[in-house]
Amino acid sequence: MTMSTTKVKKMLFILSKATIENVYAAFIMANGARMEGIEAEIFFTFFGLEAVQKKRLNNLHVATVGNPAMHIPTMVGGLPGMEAIATKMMKKEMDKLDMPPVDEFLEILSASGVKLWGCKLAVDMFHLEEKDLIEDMDGILTIGDFYNRADKDGTQMLFV
Amino acid sequence: METQVNTLKVDRNHEGYLTDFSQWNKEVGEQIANEEKVEMTPRHWEVINWIQEQVKADKALSIRGIKKSGVLDIKEFYALFPGGPLKISTKIAGVPKPKSCI
Repeated sequence: MTMSTTKVKKMLFILSKATIENVYAAFIMANGARMEGIEAEIFFTFFGLEAVQKKRLNNLHVATVGNPAMHIPTMVGGLPGMEAIATKMMKKEMDKLDMPPVDEFLEILSASGVKLWGCKLAVDMFHLEEKDLIEDMDGILTIGDFYNRADKDGTQMLFV
Repeated sequence: METQVNTLKVDRNHEGYLTDFSQWNKEVGEQIANEEKVEMTPRHWEVINWIQEQVKADKALSIRGIKKSGVLDIKEFYALFPGGPLKISTKIAGVPKPKSCI
């Protein structure tokens, strides 16, 4: 009755996108894992690295083009300023639900014991240095290193 | 469901949460903590009291709320109640399991 009955012991997330909906999906799932006593780690690769770049992380946008769930025509979604408007609206709704902004969410994740890794290949490709990334990063890894983080039974890996 | 927490009779739901806070006392909290393998210290009780006050004041509990609480930080929260701090601490406190995803 007391312990969690889930067979999932560790969640490894690969975050490859920088749109708000994807970043928050990974963050909420990682935080939710920790709150259930499950280990969680996030590997930031390609555009996902925007979510841990000091200069970029608070300016992430929702995708208004090629996103049918936005219920606005693609042509309209591509007009100047549309992404900013949609993002502002979504942030307002998220605030109502007490969802933290990206920087605060990263602090929560790190304090909760979620390991945050940068992808070596993507860091090199975008000419980033460690000083460009938030201080809470646990390091830069190759994908091989990240696979080695799946070191126990009940580990799941999820690509976002 | 009625469970005997050692010698104490309290009503609990299928997850082990008290269904009637009026049945809670420190002894009950201590027994539940025992089940959860949490060894209670004065610091644990401070946090439990704070949680009970929040619930009485009808304030939703969340991990973000812990960060803002000024009572303790998230790291300490996880250290005090390892393996799902919000879930475990509310169970010990005799209050409902928080419904928030954050």
